[in-house]
Amino acid sequence: MRYHTPATFEDASAIAAATSGVTRFLAGGTDVLVQMRADIVTPDDLIDIKHIPGVKDVVLEDDGCWRIGAAVAGAELTAHAGLCADWPGVVEGMGLVGSTQVQGRATLIGNLCNGSPAADSVPGLAAAGAEVSVVGPKGARQVKVEDIPAGPGRTTLAKGEVIAGVYLPPRGKRGGDAYLRFIPRTEMDIAVVGCAVNLRVDGDKITEARVVLGAVAPTIVVVADAAKALIGSTLDAAALDALAAAASAACRPINDKRGTIAFRTDVAGVLARRAAKIAYDRARGAK
Amino acid sequence: MPLDTKTTGFKYIGTRPDRPDGIDKVTGKARYGADAYAPGMLHGVMVRSPHAHAKIKNIDASKALALKGVKAVVTRADFPTGLEGEDWNIQENCMAGEVALYDGHAVAAVAATSLLLAREAAKLIEVDYEVLPHVTDVDEAMKPGAPAIRAGAADYSVPEGLHPNVMRYIEYGHGDLEAGFAAADLVMENTYKTEATHQGYIEPHACLAQLGADGKGEMWVCTQGHWFVRRMSAAALGIDVANLRVTPSEIGGGFGGKTTVFIEPVALALSRKAGKPVKMVMTRSEVLRATGPTSSSSIDVKMGMKKDGTMTAAKVTMRMQGGAFPMAPIDSALDCAFSCYNIPAVHHEGYDVLANRPKQAAYRAPGSPMAAFATESLVDEMCRALKLDPLKTRLQNASREGTKASFGPTFPRIGLVETLEAAIAHPHYAAPLGPNQGRGVASGYWMNWGGETSVSAALGEDGSVTVSVGTPDIGGSRASMALMAAEALGIPYENVRVNIADTGSLGVNEPTHGSRATYASGLATIEAVKQISTKLCQRAADKWGIPVEAVIWEDGSAKPSGPNAGEFPPLTIGELAAEMGGTGGPISGHFEATPSGHGGSFGTHIVDVEVDPETGYTSVLRYTVVQDAGKAIHPAYVEGQFQGGAAQGIGWALNEEYIYGADGRLQNTVFLDYRIPVASDLPMIDTVIVEVPNPGHPYGVRGVGETGITPPLPAVANAVHAAAGVRLRSLPMSPPRILAAIKAKG
Ligand SMILES: Cc1cc2nc3c(=O)[nH]c(=O)nc-3n(C[C@H](O)[C@H](O)[C@H](O)COP(=O)(O)OP(=O)(O)OC[C@H]3O[C@@H](n4cnc5c(N)ncnc54)[C@H](O)[C@@H]3O)c2cc1C
Repeated sequence: MRYHTPATFEDASAIAAATSGVTRFLAGGTDVLVQMRADIVTPDDLIDIKHIPGVKDVVLEDDGCWRIGAAVAGAELTAHAGLCADWPGVVEGMGLVGSTQVQGRATLIGNLCNGSPAADSVPGLAAAGAEVSVVGPKGARQVKVEDIPAGPGRTTLAKGEVIAGVYLPPRGKRGGDAYLRFIPRTEMDIAVVGCAVNLRVDGDKITEARVVLGAVAPTIVVVADAAKALIGSTLDAAALDALAAAASAACRPINDKRGTIAFRTDVAGVLARRAAKIAYDRARGAK
Repeated sequence: MPLDTKTTGFKYIGTRPDRPDGIDKVTGKARYGADAYAPGMLHGVMVRSPHAHAKIKNIDASKALALKGVKAVVTRADFPTGLEGEDWNIQENCMAGEVALYDGHAVAAVAATSLLLAREAAKLIEVDYEVLPHVTDVDEAMKPGAPAIRAGAADYSVPEGLHPNVMRYIEYGHGDLEAGFAAADLVMENTYKTEATHQGYIEPHACLAQLGADGKGEMWVCTQGHWFVRRMSAAALGIDVANLRVTPSEIGGGFGGKTTVFIEPVALALSRKAGKPVKMVMTRSEVLRATGPTSSSSIDVKMGMKKDGTMTAAKVTMRMQGGAFPMAPIDSALDCAFSCYNIPAVHHEGYDVLANRPKQAAYRAPGSPMAAFATESLVDEMCRALKLDPLKTRLQNASREGTKASFGPTFPRIGLVETLEAAIAHPHYAAPLGPNQGRGVASGYWMNWGGETSVSAALGEDGSVTVSVGTPDIGGSRASMALMAAEALGIPYENVRVNIADTGSLGVNEPTHGSRATYASGLATIEAVKQISTKLCQRAADKWGIPVEAVIWEDGSAKPSGPNAGEFPPLTIGELAAEMGGTGGPISGHFEATPSGHGGSFGTHIVDVEVDPETGYTSVLRYTVVQDAGKAIHPAYVEGQFQGGAAQGIGWALNEEYIYGADGRLQNTVFLDYRIPVASDLPMIDTVIVEVPNPGHPYGVRGVGETGITPPLPAVANAVHAAAGVRLRSLPMSPPRILAAIKAKG
């Protein structure tokens, strides 16, 4: 195994593009190192991106956009007052990952690129409308978060492509987001269902909404019908029923050791209701 | 053995000093199984079957052996043949012979100069399998057409016509069952199922083994019982026990799962072949796949009750699979099933069944939690039907001194009534509950154990005392032994050091199992140190020139027994010890026996849960353990045992389970998916220590380690029923199952 510490994303990309074996980028390593220890993946090239300048930065751009570097750990996000105020749902998704120890290392982009349909920070990012900047052999491009996952353990990134950072759009006024997951325990578990809701209100009325489910399909699911159920409503009982029904209808889950199809389908609706209420309160409250 | 039981007026017993092993453990200095190194040491890695059931057609290790640094490969061909009974079972489980019997069954092992190399080499060992049909569920394994895992191996007890997977059959009871059911106002019968669970000890199995061509060997091993390791390993390898010296490491939990061997004989075989010491350390996945989880069970219980709550008759049929080997704990499960109650007519039937799963090992009160789940759930259902208070009904029927136990003998002094009375009086039982919340109660029993015990105590030149016991310290037993020695000698706790001796230093000791260590090693410690004080009285008598009968031992000193004995100032243990070299030589005490006065321990638990009606998620809000300890030597460690038992029982009740795929392979081989409760899942578990002294121990001790895991399974099920209105008769009560039950109820 070769271990690399490139100084730029272009170099990181070039190393990855030139290899012929198994390649992994090393951000926090809370997936990669665990998989190596468990004999699941044995990389030929391990490319550590933590030596690249700027990867630890969390920056509020002039346009109100948040730029989060590729090596910013969960604990740095949950301790970031400005980010928590703008995007509490995104941060609470990341904040659910692992334990205090894991939080000291785990990153948003690692969570995204590991490709787990149950990744906790990804529904919140997608609901927020976040994008990532991708550096590759053919240059740089911006990609929507929901376009990265391709299925369990797979992404749409091409060989040699690496993600340099995440961009959260300007929060703007009267917005709120929330993420909830269901696990059979209280922590240190993997989402059986996850649901993020991001919305904006005008008075009591919802004007914009995005609803994203995790762990109920091979990738996260952006549920347009669920968003439609919210938009124009005041989150009344009928809207909540329609939201839950749309969320459940969007599920394409599997029966496995973590949950049944029926359970995941039901609970997706339950979490959608509960997350929508939190996001709605946040939108009307703080801002 | 008649004992002069002392139950009051203690100076050290019942205090809570720091444990002697505490600092080493919290500073990382304590040496566990994997912390041993030897010059020239190799690392051993196992090759395991990926199939639930497969014939091993050929094993080709040539590619592995061709790697530089690979020193030995062993298969079953490297072990002696001709073993019988449990010796054969253990050998077969440690290394498969002709057939791999479960997913994870060891089929070969390799030793190399580094762990990485050994892992690499293990992947290069080519095993040619012929996959056979498999069965993992106990009920399926008994059906016609189920693959016979070991045809013809059933023992004489099995009636004709049963599936060859049934290895043993047990039937017993007393009283007129039909008359009992006829006399009842309500007869209920239900079937309950429990899944296999794992002890989940935090330290994986590990050992460092050395065995020479001369047949002499040594081993450092993480175990609950090193004499068991010695006997089993020696048998598996065909060597004499005296030629194998086994030293136990510190141990990070066992709960019964470390009372047998898995890697130890294999490490010895590798060492013998390579001519070097070999270390083996299991991964967590190996622990879950290929050590000794519990049996899974399927249980029919029937009970008759009068309107006033009087139990009239009860019948249980227990089917348990213990993996691909006999000895599922049907015996103790049946014995515990109705042990809490004085029922005029009882009948027990048990089937010990093979399935393609790892060989079960002991887990905290083996069999009793499953039995309690069935019986105590049914008792709760009947109390509901008859609108009776579940604790008062238990009290009304409770076993007490003189009751003919459901399993035969007459109970001596026991403490079930006292635990029930304490539970009824506890504020928890009357505390208000909120919406979607419910309360459950249950009682449970474990008979405990005595077992072979050998203890030595030696006096130091300054009057301090070293006690050597053979029971590894898992739950603070060194502190308890030191307290008992201090009490018996009248010297400070700090002046007693307790060591866990190796197999070369004492007679045979059974493991720390059956909740026996504080009882049996404690009893032997007291008797051994009493020999020291007796000898010291003799030295004082000689010095004073008076007969030894005129000398008594009190507060750590020899004293004249009264004015007639003469006027002599007391001689302290320190003074006598300082001159012992000149007054007759070193002084030590030794006691060995197989004490059988272990008293059983009963417990009663109260639990409040809240069930989320939309997700089936259960949170445990409040939990109280009430249990009879006989006498709590070190109350903090007794409470720790109560809490630990409850925590493990809650895990078993709610989320822990062995999940097998259709291919017969274990699906949840890491702690992510084998869901033990995490700290934040549990409330602080409240404890009440009841002390009904055990007449079989000098200070009244009863074992407390196991009973605590028996009531939680039914107590939680009863609480879930109260909270959500649904009765779960299959464990675990995971959210999908509870939600499905809520939806089915409508
Ligand atoms: C004990 C424990 C508990 C956990 N609990 C949770 C949980 O509750 N919820 C959850 O969702 N996850 C959980 N995880 C998984 C893991 O912590 C998260 O997925 C984490 O966010 C991964 O981030 P990382 O920086 O450690 O990724 P790494 O392990 O460094 O990388 C993960 C993957 O992303 C790729 N990658 C990393 N950086 C880049 C980049 N810049 N460009 C392209 N690809 C990249 C790597 O090649 C690798 O495939 C847990 C893990 C552990 C060990």
